[in-house]
Amino acid sequence: MSSIYLDHAATTPMVEEALMAMTAQLAQLGNPSSLHTHGRATRKTLEDAREVIAQGVGCLPSEVIFTASGTEANNTALKGLYWQGRDNGRHVVVISAIEHHAILDPAHWLEEHEGAEVIQIPVNNDGVVDLDFLKSLIASRGHEIAVISVMHANNETGVIQPLREVVEIAGEIPVHSDAVQSFKKIPLSFKDLGLYAMSLSAHKIGGPLGVGALILRRTVEIPALLHGGGQEREIRSGTFNAPSIVGFAAAAKSAYYDAQHVQTLRDAFISGVKSAIPDASINGLSSQRLPGIVNVTFPGTQSDSLLLLMDGQHISCSTGSACSAGVHEASHVLLAMGHSQLTAQSSLRFSFGAVSTQADVDHVLSALPDVITRGRAANLS
Amino acid sequence: MKLIAAMSGGVDSAVAAARAVEAGHEVIGVHLALSANPQKYRSGARGCCTIEDSHDARRAADVIGIPFYIWDMAEEFHDGVVEDFLAEYSAGRTPNPCLRCNEKIKFAAVLDRARAMGFDGVVTGHYARTQESAEGKTLHRAVDHSKDQSYVLSVLTVEQIAGAIFPLGDTTKVDIRKEAEARGLAVAQKPDSHDICFVPSGDNAGWLRDRLGSEVGPIVDQDGVKIGEHKGAYTYTIGQRKGLGLTVPTADGSPRFVLKIEPVSNTVVVGAREDLAVTTMRGERPVFCGSAVTATKERGFVQVRAHGAALPCTYFLDGPLLVAELDEPLLGLATGQAMVIYDGDRVVGSATICETE
Repeated sequence: MSSIYLDHAATTPMVEEALMAMTAQLAQLGNPSSLHTHGRATRKTLEDAREVIAQGVGCLPSEVIFTASGTEANNTALKGLYWQGRDNGRHVVVISAIEHHAILDPAHWLEEHEGAEVIQIPVNNDGVVDLDFLKSLIASRGHEIAVISVMHANNETGVIQPLREVVEIAGEIPVHSDAVQSFKKIPLSFKDLGLYAMSLSAHKIGGPLGVGALILRRTVEIPALLHGGGQEREIRSGTFNAPSIVGFAAAAKSAYYDAQHVQTLRDAFISGVKSAIPDASINGLSSQRLPGIVNVTFPGTQSDSLLLLMDGQHISCSTGSACSAGVHEASHVLLAMGHSQLTAQSSLRFSFGAVSTQADVDHVLSALPDVITRGRAANLS
Repeated sequence: MKLIAAMSGGVDSAVAAARAVEAGHEVIGVHLALSANPQKYRSGARGCCTIEDSHDARRAADVIGIPFYIWDMAEEFHDGVVEDFLAEYSAGRTPNPCLRCNEKIKFAAVLDRARAMGFDGVVTGHYARTQESAEGKTLHRAVDHSKDQSYVLSVLTVEQIAGAIFPLGDTTKVDIRKEAEARGLAVAQKPDSHDICFVPSGDNAGWLRDRLGSEVGPIVDQDGVKIGEHKGAYTYTIGQRKGLGLTVPTADGSPRFVLKIEPVSNTVVVGAREDLAVTTMRGERPVFCGSAVTATKERGFVQVRAHGAALPCTYFLDGPLLVAELDEPLLGLATGQAMVIYDGDRVVGSATICETE
């Protein structure tokens, strides 16, 4: 039986162009920081890649800082902007309640170790940040806020956030956005959004694992997490990972992602789920969403049972996050959207990618009734 | 068959899972997360619910080539095993939590969930054997008597035994380690787990004191005369001689032993060695792994500790109680312990000791 991969929001296959570009670069000699011919050759390739990324997200090439992951970009931005603000007497970090752990955890770390006060912007039942909350927060405590971080689109529900409004409300306060899930899926422009900083990851767009980028306004200087050779505006020292960066750029340039195709599959899947399991509900259904992500609550089930049963049918999907011991936990995103522990733990994420097909959708829909029946039985036992 | 292999992260359950795969079963590895706040690493040779253990279990499953998942059983474990352990101690009895875990978690919560999801049974790395008989599957001692775990499995009903697969019962522990090595399982040399997994420090008395308090009470002799004080009655064990802190010597200078723990009056009763002797034990809530014991007296063996000796006895049912009359007196037997009846190597059944004389 063929296997069905519906976890593209976790990682997605590398696109052909990225694979080719990366493997070719692996054979090239030269540290881009070296001044000789070999170094210059690698530097040239690297700067070409930087320009491609810059063009892809609407920023200047000098605003692209390559990192080893989206997580590193998030950490660098949030901590750096906080430290910069703290130097000016601002100690409040504002994040949305539905951020990825790569923002949540550094924010809590700042609170525990660096004297920050973290305030979370709640979301409504449709998974959209509460702009009125942000407005009144800024009206009362705007002068204390060092940084605001709101993701561009949520990784669990796909719900797109009103970032332009967030930036407008923020005024002069620096806004960072984790755009890891949005890049290449929907239009994204750093400049148009008016952001201070934005995070990207290569492997979510068909590039290699282990490379990401922090987009940081050229006028903004923040303290570094890694110190050393002074690369990347002295914000991110370390020898450039040229092959991965080249692969990242090739994926960014590729026209492989057909959002309309992915969205059509997603919508076919949603209507199939609703007719197969009438009491299933789609989280964030009435909001603007990414084309590829569907988050479904199946009442009376436990998502870890469902994942096991789906896996047994050769279907890969996701339950959301797990703790360090591997125990599935209720999603903080769904809890923030008003779910109870019970219903939050009855939810699965299916995420479609460029290579997904109608046959994938059909296969999952045919397996679904039996999986849900067994999952419900297991929940009662 | 479609089977769930319960994988603790130790060598035994890893080899058990590998053997089940080799026997042609469709096997899925499951690690039971039993602690809501797992420790990162095992401290020495104890514990079965650390992050390191779940990693080791996952690694073993990957090497064997089977799917692997983690099931959160922390709540069930706390309610069914830890709470029971505390309640038994505070009632002055000496429980065996491993037995309770098999009864309520591994072959109940896990087996039920597995069956509901379309699996036929649960594979574990216990050292025990099962045999098909006219009355269904029966439970037997492992070939390696020094590692035999039939005692802690004796609480399983016929229905539970029907869904239990013990692939290690025919092999010695030494050979299991060699086999793990040969199979490329990195847990081959991992130390055996001992003690109680939810008491990571290994300090049982301290763990109990933290949870049940340490209310000072009298230590009395058999005439009720106070001869000392204790710090929490439940930290004593029947037959215990050391650590009583008694300053009043006996007339003949002979040592004293804990005879009885009375939780209501918070009293520890001590006496002479010969007063520890037990010849008859009665157990409540008997469970039989096959046809039930009747009022007719039968000859067999009774075992009262996980790795204790099999003591020749006559056993029968007296109303709701399972009774064993020992051929030779036994010293130091606490209520709360399980009495397990054997017919040769076969487990006849078990009960929780509630009276001794």
